[in-house]
Amino acid sequence: MKMGKMTDRTALSVRDMVVTFDEYVALDKVSVDVATGESFGIVGESGSGKSTLLRAVAGLNRFEEGTLTVDGRNYKSHGRTKEFYRTVQMVFQDPYGSLHPRQTVDRLLLEPLVIHGFDNIDARIARALDEVGLGAGFRFRYSHQLSGGQRQRIAIARALILEPKILLLDEPTSALDASIQAEILNLLEQARKDRNLTFVMVSHDLGVISHMCERVAVMKNGQIVETVPVEALEKRAFSADYTRQLLVASEGFRRG
Amino acid sequence: MSGPLLTVDDLRVTFPTRTGEVQAVRGVSFTLGRERLGIVGESGSGKSQTGRAIMGLTPGHAKITASKLEFDGIDLLRVTPKQRRNLRGKRIGMILQDPKYSLNPVMTIGKQIIETLLAHEKLSRSQARNRALEMLEAVQIRDPERVFGLYPNEVSGGMGQRVMIAMMLICGPEMLIADEPTSALDVTVQLDVLSILDKLVAERGMGLVFISHDLRLVSSFCDRVIVMYAGRIVEELPSADLAQAKHPYTQGLLNCLPTIGTDRHPLPVLERKAEWLA
Ligand SMILES: Nc1ncnc2c1ncn2[C@@H]1O[C@H](COP(=O)(O)OP(=O)(O)OP(=O)(O)O)[C@@H](O)[C@H]1O
Ligand SMILES: Nc1ncnc2c1ncn2[C@@H]1O[C@H](COP(=O)(O)OP(=O)(O)OP(=O)(O)O)[C@@H](O)[C@H]1O
Ligand SMILES: [Mg+2]
Ligand SMILES: [Mg+2]
Repeated sequence: MKMGKMTDRTALSVRDMVVTFDEYVALDKVSVDVATGESFGIVGESGSGKSTLLRAVAGLNRFEEGTLTVDGRNYKSHGRTKEFYRTVQMVFQDPYGSLHPRQTVDRLLLEPLVIHGFDNIDARIARALDEVGLGAGFRFRYSHQLSGGQRQRIAIARALILEPKILLLDEPTSALDASIQAEILNLLEQARKDRNLTFVMVSHDLGVISHMCERVAVMKNGQIVETVPVEALEKRAFSADYTRQLLVASEGFRRG
Repeated sequence: MSGPLLTVDDLRVTFPTRTGEVQAVRGVSFTLGRERLGIVGESGSGKSQTGRAIMGLTPGHAKITASKLEFDGIDLLRVTPKQRRNLRGKRIGMILQDPKYSLNPVMTIGKQIIETLLAHEKLSRSQARNRALEMLEAVQIRDPERVFGLYPNEVSGGMGQRVMIAMMLICGPEMLIADEPTSALDVTVQLDVLSILDKLVAERGMGLVFISHDLRLVSSFCDRVIVMYAGRIVEELPSADLAQAKHPYTQGLLNCLPTIGTDRHPLPVLERKAEWLA
């Protein structure tokens, strides 16, 4: 039933996308359709191409072949308009690389607001910080003065502050403890409900995926090996071996 | 071995900032033997700064005090820079939370591993190359030959973490502080990496401080767990007794994890009490 939405309106459509780095094929004819308002999960082993897929959508990696349609518009391999970034925001896997270390939190949040001509800037920054559980005390810190999880939360605040329609989330909570993770996941869910946002979310935590998403794609070696509704995780109704391994491994460390 | 490998007593780390002092670590005490000690705690609770203080990696403008900070009888607050360099990498190792940024961005992964190897062992170039490739394979990197020639910005998040772990394997330190070493890894690879660390403890008698925000993981892997909140240790317990945790923060943590097959929207969150800061 959730997939039926796709015909209503597709937020994001990737067709036969190929990304190569020199000889290496990082994405091998990947196709994904995500409906408006849907939350779509991606899992898969390390190096399977999850970040590459999100980065290619966001215009940060070139793609050699295939097509990309976002919110009804076609995009080429490179070049993204200002309008694109108003529609699509990305939270990177790596909060160290994505935030300039010599900028204050205030600057980091202010810049996108100014670029896109927002009003009430001061109030928006204060609210964004509050939403990710960082008080006013953090506003004039430099990003290198923050802990790993605090940086990740600033990255999330910066993506949400522009009120985009589509959020690409690459391991958004893997640097956070369970209590803050719960707060961030609740915040993301609420934002999605309020504004009919579309999520594409990469995580290696199947618990997070099954909590947040309606469907999940499993990637391996640059390909999507299966796409299933998340209920399949609970019912163990999936075919890829890797999905099975992930489930077993998510139960914890066993010595022996 | 008599006495602990590491003794930390009343460690404090304070940063001056534009808006006043930040007390990142406020009186942390623990000892480490040849065991697996887990440190868990809230984001910003001082886990990384505790590890960095032990390694001597605290930023220069910060203030560090402790009534004791000792590794194998060596006073870590009074070592000379030269002694420090000798300790670091050889006897004490740390895997930093930001693995890709602790690697040299303009040198290929393979070259960095080889340099580390050659600093520790007498090997020919080709021997070193083979060993480096073996190391990458040991941490489950799929095509070691290709990754060998990549620069740090060309590897995925999980690959970067494993490269750091491979470097540590080479150094074979007596004590390893691993700061979120597996947070970017999917669970299957995570378990392989934990087995490697586990072997180092069991076979080489290494002392391991395993910093993580993942209580479930830590409790299944470590012998003991320290729980930090706002710069202090609020609870210390054997992993097996986690279910009997007394501090409301620890108890709360276990309750707010999303799991497969449960349907709790929104997830329960912790109500942080002012008295936890005391
Ligand atoms: N700039 C680049 N140059 C060369 N190879 C690259 C580059 N960027 C990515 N790759 C390769 O593409 C593959 C996929 O990387 P990607 O970051 O998409 O993996 P991932 O699925 O996100 O993994 P992880 O879970 O570890 O983050 C990896 O083998 C990586 O080395
Ligand atoms: N250079 C600095 N200047 C001021 N405050 C700092 C600095 N570095 C760290 N802090 C603060 O010290 C506190 C402890 O940071 P630390 O990195 O140890 O947290 P952590 O427990 O490792 O958290 P995480 O799980 O998010 O990585 C945080 O509140 C952080 O903002
Ligand atoms: Mg990735
Ligand atoms: Mg940290």
